[in-house]
Amino acid sequence: MMSSSPAVRVRDLRVVRGGREVLHGLSFDVPRGRVVGLLGPSGCGKTTVMRALVGVQIVRSGQVTVLGEEAGSPGLRDRVGYATQAPAVYGDLTVAENLRYFASVLRAPRGDVDRVIEEVGLTGNRDQPVGTLSGGQHSRANLAVALLGSPELLVLDEPTVGLDPVLRRELWTLFRELAGRGVTLVVSSHVMDEAGRTDRLLLMREGRILADGAPAELRERTGAADLEEAFLRLIDETAGSPA
Amino acid sequence: MNLAITLATTRRILAQLRHDHRTVALLIVVPSLLMILLRYVFQRQEAFDRLGPMLLGLFPFVVMFVVTSVATLRERTGGTLERLMSMPLGKLDLLVGYALAFGLAALVQVGVVLVISLTWLGLDLTGSLASLVLVAVLDALLGMALGLFASAFARTEFQAVQFMPALVLPQTLLCGLIIPRDQMAGWLEALSRVLPLTYAVQGMQEISTRPRFTGTLATDVAVIAAFTVAALLLGAATLRRRTV
Ligand SMILES: Nc1ncnc2c1ncn2[C@@H]1O[C@H](COP(=O)(O)OP(=O)(O)OP(=O)(O)O)[C@@H](O)[C@H]1O
Ligand SMILES: [Mg+2]
Repeated sequence: MMSSSPAVRVRDLRVVRGGREVLHGLSFDVPRGRVVGLLGPSGCGKTTVMRALVGVQIVRSGQVTVLGEEAGSPGLRDRVGYATQAPAVYGDLTVAENLRYFASVLRAPRGDVDRVIEEVGLTGNRDQPVGTLSGGQHSRANLAVALLGSPELLVLDEPTVGLDPVLRRELWTLFRELAGRGVTLVVSSHVMDEAGRTDRLLLMREGRILADGAPAELRERTGAADLEEAFLRLIDETAGSPA
Repeated sequence: MNLAITLATTRRILAQLRHDHRTVALLIVVPSLLMILLRYVFQRQEAFDRLGPMLLGLFPFVVMFVVTSVATLRERTGGTLERLMSMPLGKLDLLVGYALAFGLAALVQVGVVLVISLTWLGLDLTGSLASLVLVAVLDALLGMALGLFASAFARTEFQAVQFMPALVLPQTLLCGLIIPRDQMAGWLEALSRVLPLTYAVQGMQEISTRPRFTGTLATDVAVIAAFTVAALLLGAATLRRRTV
């Protein structure tokens, strides 16, 4: 029953970075075919969680299971797409050259390059060196790499930061489409209005999960009008409790 | 290791070089310019015939060391290495991809210097051209492998470039280029024996003075190749799938 098991299963994850523990025993599940938002203040550990899911983070203890295998195992390397927060593409190559290279590494079909360029709306910048792209274009080129091939899990670290509302809406439509095809997405964001577009939210604070549930559920539970308010109330609720 | 991924990596690195006209110009023009300078500084043909081949062993080493250490440092700091390590790319795919790309660049570099040296500058080569190209390309690969390893210890490109004089200049002094090694103090000569550039220069000396592929030359080639493989393995050890 592989397909009914969660796409991601994290148990008691502890990570130490720079001599400090930055994740203090996180546990959560991500069901398959869902869009899950990872939200929380800057420095709370979102990127660290995502690195652990992809298997590039050294962890102190705990279990991270992705698509039924241990995170980072060789069998997962073409099943998980990862878009880093800081763009990780070659600035001296064009958009198409970058994508062609990463497509070869992933053994993705040739036509994928054009498909993902189209999906992130960079058709007009296909042959432009990545180093000369605008900030938002640069981050879309970075996102395009994660879309190559047919990943079953997409880990996207702030993919919509610095983009205008129209582009943001287009990308969220794309994310929904992918989820409709059974792809699982874990998307981090700072923007609360984006949180409402997810199926599930993981609210993080200082290396812990503060809340885990559907956006409507979180609003209801806190009696807040919007998610930003709900988030602030959750922080107040836990502020008194011992760390 | 996967051949298609290795070749894609080579193609990608060559594309990066192609976009960087200035680096290509430096790669090709600087060694040729230095040879021309050397020829006219010496005035005497015999001195040029003796030193020219040795420098032909040195240039590819130095240039490839700098180019590779900066290129791989960029991969490390720019996040592309981490991205590749999360993909189905083997460490060997990356290393061999680099070796093929820079080996090819070295071949072009050495080819241009050789054509200029053998025609215009009238270099008189006693040994065979093939063994000279072999040793020069091996030296380039050694420089590449050491550069890749050294890049793991640099945080910035500025530091990476500083590794070149730190690692290369002492070897240049000790390798027998400036003073024959048998005229050095015993401990210096002993030290020179464990440094790879010594064998690069010695190999070139053999080629410039002996018509046959001598036993000494065979040893030199084997030692340079061994150093290269060792440096590549050390370099592979610095490529980590997981980081802190
Ligand atoms: N390479 C590193 N070495 C040491 N500490 C680090 C390193 N990277 C991150 N940290 C620390 O780990 C903690 C979590 O960082 P992380 O990047 O996961 O936060 P984040 O939630 O993604 O923040 P942001 O929203 O600003 O991207 C922070 O306190 C940060 O200072
Ligand atoms: Mg982050």
